[in-house]
Amino acid sequence: MSMNASALSEQFHTHIETKAFSVFYGAQEAVKRVDMKIPQGQVTAIIGPSGCGKSTFLRAINRMNDLIPTCRAEGELLVDGLNVYDRGIDASVLRRRVGMVFQKPNPFPKTIYDNVAYGPRLHHSYAKRELDALVEESLKGAALWDEVKDRLNKNALGLSGGQAQRLCLARALAVNPEILLMDEPTSALDPKATARIEELIVQLKGRYTIAIVTHNMQQAARVSDVTAFFYEGLLVEFDVTSQIFTRPKEKRTEDYITGRFG
Amino acid sequence: MQLIMRKWLDRLFSFSAYSAIGLIIFVLVLVIGPIFVKGLGAYLFQGTIDNRRMMLNQFNRGDEGTLEVEWMEVKQERKSIYDMFSAFEKELDNMSATQRKTLKPVYKNIKEAVAVLIGPEPGAQLPALPRRIYGQTRWDRAQLKAKDVLFEETWDYSGAEGKKVLTPRAPLFKGTALEPLFPKIEKNLSQLMRPRLTFYPQFLTDKAIDAHFFGGIGAEVAGTIYLALGAMLIAVPLGVIAAIYFKEYAKEGPTLSFLRTCVNTLAGVPSVVFGLFGLAFFINTLHVSPGKSVLAGALTLALLVLPTVIRASEEAIAAVPHTYKEAALSLGAGKWRTILTVILPAALPGILTGIVISMGRAAGETAPIIFTAAVSVGPLVMPSEVFTTPTPALSWNLYNICTEHEAVEEIRHVQYGMAATLVLIVLTLNALAIVIRAKVSRKLKG
Repeated sequence: MSMNASALSEQFHTHIETKAFSVFYGAQEAVKRVDMKIPQGQVTAIIGPSGCGKSTFLRAINRMNDLIPTCRAEGELLVDGLNVYDRGIDASVLRRRVGMVFQKPNPFPKTIYDNVAYGPRLHHSYAKRELDALVEESLKGAALWDEVKDRLNKNALGLSGGQAQRLCLARALAVNPEILLMDEPTSALDPKATARIEELIVQLKGRYTIAIVTHNMQQAARVSDVTAFFYEGLLVEFDVTSQIFTRPKEKRTEDYITGRFG
Repeated sequence: MQLIMRKWLDRLFSFSAYSAIGLIIFVLVLVIGPIFVKGLGAYLFQGTIDNRRMMLNQFNRGDEGTLEVEWMEVKQERKSIYDMFSAFEKELDNMSATQRKTLKPVYKNIKEAVAVLIGPEPGAQLPALPRRIYGQTRWDRAQLKAKDVLFEETWDYSGAEGKKVLTPRAPLFKGTALEPLFPKIEKNLSQLMRPRLTFYPQFLTDKAIDAHFFGGIGAEVAGTIYLALGAMLIAVPLGVIAAIYFKEYAKEGPTLSFLRTCVNTLAGVPSVVFGLFGLAFFINTLHVSPGKSVLAGALTLALLVLPTVIRASEEAIAAVPHTYKEAALSLGAGKWRTILTVILPAALPGILTGIVISMGRAAGETAPIIFTAAVSVGPLVMPSEVFTTPTPALSWNLYNICTEHEAVEEIRHVQYGMAATLVLIVLTLNALAIVIRAKVSRKLKG
């Protein structure tokens, strides 16, 4: 692994840190002893060929892998210095701080309003006015407000794919997380909707630490500040995006980004 | 060549599929059609003056004034019959012994048949049974009973099987005072009975009088509703919770597959076994009630439909997209919160369908309630009495009045009316399931 990591951690404050972090599906090791420091307020792209463990790694951060019975983690994964796999950590408390947007837009079969208000309602009891303001703010944050403000009480399943994905983003923002995980958020969207999501990612950067898994290398180059390249469960290279795409240190990285495999 | 073969096979398959569906529809029409047509006869029929009198006396229904006027007219008509009787009785005294011997028994039969047709003679002491107080209340029955007056019924056993022979009585009484009776009954029956088209919707809610000779099926309908609703009140929470456990909590393994096998076996147990179990367990062991009761019946029916509710709920929960669950969890919802706020609402249409279909099943089942809840004759059960009192119910009483009633022939209209009502209740519940499903799915799809 190329160790520009020290340079990175000098440049940015570390938000998420892994130490010899591994994830297993049964006996199979999907993520292998990864050491990585994800910088605060920046966009970190995670790239790599299919089955390289990048999604597993991302889902390990908010412990979504807990849903898979055979899955277990080893090593440390620290968010703000706290190991999220410690016994005392409540996954639902962690997930309030670490929001997630999934590959396929997955709004609930509820109204647009109820979708956004779902998270806040879980954690506090709000007055109607406060909640209205929060929903509006979240929808504005996801650049969806102008399109849906007149039909907040319509079912969210009536939205287009791009709108639905932005609704999911608004829903995640409404809980006021510090970290946003995005698991190939644009793979199910057309180019126009993809561009809007990418714009949003750039806008949201700074306020949120964003980690995005993507198959689209142009996307990684466009939106991310740092890039991690995974290959067969290993973190091969982790560096500032411009470095990775212009002067990769590893042969495998170069082969992948130039399209020789993957 | 092969293509032609395949085309024909394809056609053959389509043909058999269509004919199977056609057969089902044909049988459905063949079975349910007549039940509805005949069952309608309990609600809409030609009612005689005796029906209207009975209604006024027993249910205090109808206009007393107009009925009184009509009754006076009819009484006048009927009086001529009684006049003929007394004149004939005088004649009888003056007859030769042989003639008297032949005519007297026939006359006795005629008198009895007339009493069945138009009720007891005015002024005579009233019989105890309501069915003997009034004449025939339905025009179709009156026409049949008129034949009993007009014809002597004998059986001819000369052939291999006995044959019923109807001989007219009129010639026998030619020249006597009774001679005008026969044309009067034959031609002027409507003057005597005054049939009128009667709509009797209260059949659904009225109490039965004199073992269903008169009145409606209110107690049975109420009993069926109590039992079906009670069974659902018990089975739905249990079933849905069990389904949640199976789908969301249980870990795959021998225990789970054992439990699943148990549920599936339960679904295949004959319903009469449930009935006996209910008697042995709920009544004799747990003593939930002193004897048969609505509660014991509802508990037994709940057990019977539990597998259906569990399966329907399980399937509905399994059909909820995994992504909903992921989304809720990623927002920090706990497992239980996710189930309550996302999974159950999305599974609701399927669960509701299962519930309503099970309710139809509970309403129609007979065997489980024979030993636990049903009585042949009983008053309307009040909601406060359901824990201790047995009840009549449509399914059981239908069987009962078709087979064990003392006068099965006389109350055909009630039997069909009951059958049609039961089928209608079950069909309505099933239709309701379809509507609910469509409505809730539409709401979910936006």
